[in-house]
Amino acid sequence: MQINFQHIQAAHCENGVTSNLLRYEGLDKITEPLAFGIGSGLFFIYIPFMKVNNGPAFSYRTMPGLIFKRTCKSLCVEVIRKKFSSPEQAQNYLDECLKSGQPVGCQVGVYFLTYFPKEYRFHFNAHNIVVFGKKDDNYLISDPVMEHPTTLSSYELQRVRFAKGALAPKGQLYYPKIRTEVTDDQIRFAITKGIKRNVRDMLFIPGGIAGISGIKFTARKIVKWREKLGVKTAGLYLAQLVRMQEEIGTGGGGFRFIYAAFLQQAYQFHQKEELLKISEQFTKSGDLWRSAAVQAAGIFKGRITSIIDFQDMGNYLLEVADVEKNAFKSLSKINWKN
Amino acid sequence: MKKSDTPQDPSLLDNFTKDVYYVTDDSGKYVTEKSRGWEVKATALNLTWDDVKQRVEKAKEDYFKGKCSPINYFMENKMMDLNIVSSYTGFWKWQVKRHLKLNVFNNLSEKKLLKYAKLFEISVDELKNPKFDAN
Repeated sequence: MQINFQHIQAAHCENGVTSNLLRYEGLDKITEPLAFGIGSGLFFIYIPFMKVNNGPAFSYRTMPGLIFKRTCKSLCVEVIRKKFSSPEQAQNYLDECLKSGQPVGCQVGVYFLTYFPKEYRFHFNAHNIVVFGKKDDNYLISDPVMEHPTTLSSYELQRVRFAKGALAPKGQLYYPKIRTEVTDDQIRFAITKGIKRNVRDMLFIPGGIAGISGIKFTARKIVKWREKLGVKTAGLYLAQLVRMQEEIGTGGGGFRFIYAAFLQQAYQFHQKEELLKISEQFTKSGDLWRSAAVQAAGIFKGRITSIIDFQDMGNYLLEVADVEKNAFKSLSKINWKN
Repeated sequence: MKKSDTPQDPSLLDNFTKDVYYVTDDSGKYVTEKSRGWEVKATALNLTWDDVKQRVEKAKEDYFKGKCSPINYFMENKMMDLNIVSSYTGFWKWQVKRHLKLNVFNNLSEKKLLKYAKLFEISVDELKNPKFDAN
């Protein structure tokens, strides 16, 4: 069986799954950047006491699963989400959904994902794909970061749905159901809500390791890495910073460009000149993240390794923090009423 | 980033897929563009893999010196840590840690060895006598 599901490649997996599933439901106005912005996807966090693949844990986006949840909720779209304790139940439920013509989003682990190049397969469990059909023993898969739809055998799909470790998906599947028509007014409301929530997350989150203060915190830490860890490990840590920023599925510049695109598209719904101006600030921030990555590459290639180079690296991030702080402050000052 | 600046460097993604980037066109409007890859990113990925390879080499040496059980080698080879091994096999973390010692490993029951063998996708025989050249 095969559902007539339109696969559109996206920069990021969760945005892609969200906007592709909503489009299948008949809501084609929610593009990838809109899904990302309404879900308040932009973020930064450095968790100093956690290790990912022997390096530090960074993220440039919000918690996995939140973009889908928030976007649907803000648009008053119902979300059906199920977790399973047994793989058999998980497969039966999936088969039934497909039989009734419902494509579903699945959270999966990347490590056993056979259609990815080997070099990209790390133990990361929060990847999202859409399953939209079954032919014999093969499931039809729409992975938003792939150019074309692909397939997984039932064994392969089961293995990635029940990957273990941090953020284990536990066979999780989800899909949206639109009960009442989503009007332009509803989208307008969702956009303002998403922006306000993102302002809160970036400017006012307590703790000092997340949001703007998280970027500054990382900047200060990087300067100390050379002394504390030695040039080689410090280089590996910086490589991790760059990989998380530019990994497949970020749209470049640590999601900043997607957010800038979101603000431009938000302008179609709210004619506020500020949105276009602030969008440019996020473009600048994305460009700065990329310049920082070039600086980091100089360090981990061993071309520039003096303490001054580490300080320069830190300064790049401080500049980014400054630009983003101003941008979010301007966003918080927009008067949505008139 | 401008559309014309989208990096098109050779990368490991060749023959698999392309990255989608959000870039601005001449009028400043955001559009999407596909990218083969970016050299900076590729270097970061290579560096991470070099590190993984070094860890595997180290685990191999430790095994030959009799410092560690083969589980340590297979763990590094599959880029797993105690957390991951423990959740796949169902052993506690402290148990896995104990199994990394050679003398403990040598006395493990067949049943326990089978759990590891299954996780590492090898036979119990191979778990006990790892073949290193096959990689």
